[in-house]
This record gives sequence, C-alpha cells and structure tokens, in this order.
Amino acid sequence: MASSTSSPLRLLYDVRVRAVLYQVVAVALVIGIGLYLFGNVSRKLAEQNIATGFAYLDRPAGFVISQSFIAYESSDTYARALLVGIFNTIWVSVFAVTLSTILGLIVGIARLSRNPMLSLLALLYVEALRNVPLLLYLFLWYALIVAVFPPAREAWQPLPDVYLSNGGLIVPSLRWSQAHSGVLLAVLAGIILAFVVAGMLRRRRVATGRDQAAWPFVLLALLAPPLLAMLLLQPDLVVNWPQKGRFRITGGVQVTPEFTALLMGLSLSASAGIAEIVRAGILSVGRGQWEAARAVGLRDRQTMRLVVLPQALRVIVPPLTSSYLSTFKNSSLAIAIGYPDLVMVSNTTMNQTGQAIEGIAIFMLVYLGMSITISLFMNWYNARVALVER
Amino acid sequence: MATVAEMDTLNLAREAMAPRRPRGVSASFKRFFGTPLNALITLACLWLIYRLVTSAWGWLVTRAIVEGGPQACKGGSGACWPFLGAKLRFMIFGFYPYAEHWRPALALALFLGAIILSMMPRFWGRWLVWLWIAVPLACGVLMYGGVLGLPVVTTTNWGGLPLSFMLSFVGLALGFPLGVVLALARSSKLPAIQVIAIIFIEVIRGVPLVSILFMASVMLPLFMPDGVTVDKLLRAQVAIIIFAGAYIAETVRGGLQAVPKGQHEAAAALGLGYWLSMRKIILPQALKIVIPPLVNIFIGFFQDTTLVTIIGLLDFLDTVRASLRDPEWQGIAVIEGYVFAAVVYAVFSYSIGSYSRFLERRLKTDHDRSPGH
Repeated sequence: MASSTSSPLRLLYDVRVRAVLYQVVAVALVIGIGLYLFGNVSRKLAEQNIATGFAYLDRPAGFVISQSFIAYESSDTYARALLVGIFNTIWVSVFAVTLSTILGLIVGIARLSRNPMLSLLALLYVEALRNVPLLLYLFLWYALIVAVFPPAREAWQPLPDVYLSNGGLIVPSLRWSQAHSGVLLAVLAGIILAFVVAGMLRRRRVATGRDQAAWPFVLLALLAPPLLAMLLLQPDLVVNWPQKGRFRITGGVQVTPEFTALLMGLSLSASAGIAEIVRAGILSVGRGQWEAARAVGLRDRQTMRLVVLPQALRVIVPPLTSSYLSTFKNSSLAIAIGYPDLVMVSNTTMNQTGQAIEGIAIFMLVYLGMSITISLFMNWYNARVALVER
Repeated sequence: MATVAEMDTLNLAREAMAPRRPRGVSASFKRFFGTPLNALITLACLWLIYRLVTSAWGWLVTRAIVEGGPQACKGGSGACWPFLGAKLRFMIFGFYPYAEHWRPALALALFLGAIILSMMPRFWGRWLVWLWIAVPLACGVLMYGGVLGLPVVTTTNWGGLPLSFMLSFVGLALGFPLGVVLALARSSKLPAIQVIAIIFIEVIRGVPLVSILFMASVMLPLFMPDGVTVDKLLRAQVAIIIFAGAYIAETVRGGLQAVPKGQHEAAAALGLGYWLSMRKIILPQALKIVIPPLVNIFIGFFQDTTLVTIIGLLDFLDTVRASLRDPEWQGIAVIEGYVFAAVVYAVFSYSIGSYSRFLERRLKTDHDRSPGH
C-alpha cells in the first residue's frame, strides 16, 4: 500500500518489521543489562582491591583435602586442588548412579509384583524417600554413621586389618604401580571384548538359527585380557597395611564417613525416582505384548527380558537421563557434610583468594560441561533404543 | 461330527477364553502364598514389617524418655520427647522474638488456610485471585510489622517453617510468570529471542542449585550499583525464583507443545494476533495440562529450599540443626531432631503429592479420552 511507506510509524503494522524490532530490542536489552552489571562489578572490584584473572590457579593451595583420587599435597597448586575436587565429584556421582539404577530397577519391579506385601513395602520405600529432602537425609545418614560407630581408638575389627570407626572404613591397599594400571586397562578391554563377542554370537544365532551356549566364549573374552596382562606385566603385590595409632589409623585405603553418607543419600533418593520411572515404563507396555509373548511360549522371565524391557526402555531412557543429571548435580550437596567435592574445594579457594567470581565461574562451567556431556551420551543411547519408524 | 479329541480342545479353548475372576478367600490366599517363592516373599515381608513396627514402637513409646531434661535422655536408648517439647517453638519460629511468636503463627495459619481453601474445587473461582493477593500481603505485614503498632522484626530474625514456606511459595509465585515468559520465548519463531531463552534455561538447568545460591549470595552484591545493598534473604529468594523459572519454563513448554496445531491455526483463522491467541486460546489449554507436573515441581522446590542452609539462612532444617547444636542438648537428641524434621517435610510433601494425583483425575476431561486425540 502507498500509505504504509508515507509514515515510518505505519511500518510497525508490518509483522516482519515488528519481528526484527522485537529481536533488536531483546538483544539490546540483554547486552545493556550485561554491560551495566559488568561496569558495576569492575568498579567494585577496583574499589575493594580484589585481584581479577585466573593467575591464582598456579599458586600453591596450602590446604589439605581429606580424600583424593589423584596424588595431592597441600603444597600443590589451586588448579590441582580443583582437579581433585572434580575427580571426587565424578567418583561419587558414578557410584551413586550405578547403585541407584540397580536399586531402582529392583524396587520398581517389586512395586509391580503380584504379591501385595512386596508391592506395599516397595511403595513405602519410594514414598519415604521421595517426601523428605535429600539434604535432611544426608545429615541423618552422616549423624547415624558418626553416632553408631566407635572412635578410632576403639575401632571395630570385623576382619584382621580391616578397621571400622567413625573415621570411616579402612582396608589394606595395594601400592599402585604402572603394572597395576596396565592390568586395570586389560580388565576394561576384557569387558569391552565380552560385549563384542556376545554381540557377534547373537548375530550368528539369528543368522543360522542354531541355539548354542554363548556363555563360555563370553567368559573367555572377559577373563583372557586381564590374565594375559597379569602374566606379562607381573605386577608385584606390595600391600599397604593400616597401622592403628593412638588417635587415628594410618595407611591403607580409607572410605570416609562423608563419602559413605553422601553415597547413601544420593543413591537411595535417586533410586526412589528411578523405581517410579521403571514402573511407569513397564506399565506402558500393553497387556497384549505379555499375552502375545505367553502365546508364543515364552516364560515370564524371557518375556520380561526379550519383549517387555526393550519396549519399556524407550519410555524409561529420557526421564532416566534427567534423573542421572540431577544425581550428578545433587552431589554438590557434599559441601553440607564436608565431602571435598568440586564446590567445597572451590569454596575454600574462594575464601582464601577472595576471587569469588572466578571460583564460581569455574565450577559452573565444569558442571555445565559435564551436564551437556551426560545428556549427549544419553541422547545417543536413546536414539539407539528408540523405535525406528519406517 | 466332532471327535472326542476335538471336543476336548474346544472345551479347553472355551475355558481359557472365559475371563478368570479371582474368587473369595482362595484367590487372595493364592496371591500371598500361591507358589513356594511367593510364600517365602510374603513371609520375609511380614518379618520385615514386624521388625520395623516393633523397633519403631519401642523407640517411640516403650523405651522413650517422656519426662526430665537432657540428663534423663543421655542414658536412655529411646526417643527423647522432652527435647521436642523444649525446642519445638525455636524449631518452628527460629530467632523471631519470643513474645511476638503469635505473628508468624497467625501468618502460618492464614497461609495454610488459604492453601487448603484453594485446594477444594467447590471454592474455585475468581475470588481466589483476591485471596492470594490479600493473604501474602497480610503475612508480610504480620512478619515484618511496622504498622498497627506492631514492632518491626527484620528479616535477619526470620526463620523456621515460615521462612521455608515463604521461600518456596514466593519462588513459585514469581517463578511461574517468569517461566511462562521463558517458555513462550523458547517456542517463539524469532531466532534471537529463542536463543536468549534457550541459553538462560539451559544454563540454569545445567548447574546445581547450590551454585546459583552461591552466586546470589556472593556475586549479587557485586552486581549492584553503589549504595544498594540486598538483604541476604532476598538474595536467596532471587536465586530460587530464577531456578524455579527455568524449570517451570520447561514444563510449560511441554504443555505448549501438547496443544494441537489445529488450535493455533483456528486462532489465526479467527484473525487473532500472537498475544491474543496465546492468552485466549493456547495458554489456557497448555497450563491446564501442566497443572499436575507443576504441583510436583512445587514439592521439589519445597524440599530444595533446605539448601539455603548452605549459604547460612535459618530455614526449618537449619533451626532443627541449630537446636541439635544447642550446648545443653548437644549430641543427645540428634536422631530425634532429624526424624521430627523428616516427618514435618513428609507430611507436607505427601499431602501435596496426593492432591496432585487427585487433580490429575479431576482435570481429565472427557474429550481428552476421546479417540483420535
């Protein structure tokens, strides 16, 4: 229309023009707020004489970390201390995710049991865990561990050289060497090889139709690499025996009460959620599938393994992903009971250096990066189990 | 003519096809003791339940210490009830001035009363909007004071249950509009707005709440212009609102996606613009779908407010912990304190949870079940 070009205001009635305008305003607003906040921060930091930048990462940390997965001394750098924190976070998360999946699977199936007693107990388990905050459970488990177990002086010895006290569980450990790492790698290789062999045998069984026992080959694939590595590398077995002193026990490997309480809290809470996910997934498979499986002569367990679970997985995997992600993020509650995870190490670092922005930026980036990695992996897995529509 | 064998198969088939109904005592007996394994499971469960009930009963009742002070509880092996009696008011109200406890108590009663009223379908109506403007205002005035001759009580003295409720309620009440705006932005067709929303939502959801609380408590003061100080409680509240907003946004987006495309097209055919079609057609349907998951999110937030303990706010869990650390009672009633707190949280979470299930059934209108939907 001719009139739309005569006045610039009339342009606003054009949807496309408005779309561009909205976006320009939104971006300008975000940038403006960002610049304003940045200006405030830099002025305040200059006023309060707080250093900026990441130079502090190279300075010695000077604090002790009670549990570390990699070698760490208090004279090491802040960067190394943060790395210890990252490993501790991953360590406890991996354990918690594994445990919660196993527990959740068991409880979820128990919820569906035809035995009313068993399903009632499973329901109680789920409700008791879901309706109470995780943080409260962490405090409770920690308090119970400290209250129930005796001090180090009177540590229990359920087995010789195994000590159980409120300082945690202490067991003899192997002195680690290169050869041990080699054997560990061989164990991993064996597990992968076993999966590959199992897959190959399954494909052959499908192709030829001959039913043949597969387990001896899988077992061989699993055990051969570690045994071979043992023979070749000959790792020496030097044991680090725990020594009981007057106030504490030195040597050996220690599982701290903080770790135990955090692991218990995380995996129990997550298992309740996973139980519900598993239950919903199994229920989503129609009754007809059960009846059809029974009609072709499959037993209950075969029906579960071959017919129901593969279909249920499609429903289960997406919510399971978010459950894993929240377990991983919830491990940051470690700071409340003193397990030295990433957040706690960062917090100590921030208190010592006064550089809060950098500290928070580091741990937020690490969490974000790991969250994205987990979701990418689970999305890949989901794409594998998802229904392929033709 | 059919042979005997054929007759047999027919009978068998008929028998198998007839619906099997569990009948009377024998059927329920079968469910408990049908097979040896089933019987074993039943017995094991019974034994476990028996052990749980007897040990709980012993701890709570028979071995419990009902009278006396910390000294009486020290030697006992049962629950220490005097601890609860002595510390109950502190656990609920925190450091709020003792003489003024009636104010948070009244605010709590008003708030819970309003919630119970709004949960009942027979009271659903427009007046609830006014109720929910009036009640939070009244609660705020009661808590803070400064008018009607009520002495001012600053937020540093707030604590306990009212604080926990406030953090989660305000978090949801302000996080909800934020979440709806973010959800609309994320499903918008304008790329710049969509990208901003995606980054905001995914960053908040990708990091733990602890880190957002840390950010609010440590970094927010640095972001403010000179001379502006933000109250510690307010900082935590801002963190919870932002966190809630991001999660609510994803839930609402799910609802937006569940609205059939035909609804958008119908709105456009009627000549409605974006805002009008959203307000009148799309959002009402989308929000109705997401009410049950939103209630579940609320349970999560109510439990997550406990995390403010980490940045040093005195919420209910923290007042309980402070009572445990009281020099007079230290190390005596640790389990009692946590069990009490757990029961309080469980009662609230469980009732909201069952309400959510009730809503789900109630909101399921007939056309949701119609074929082809």
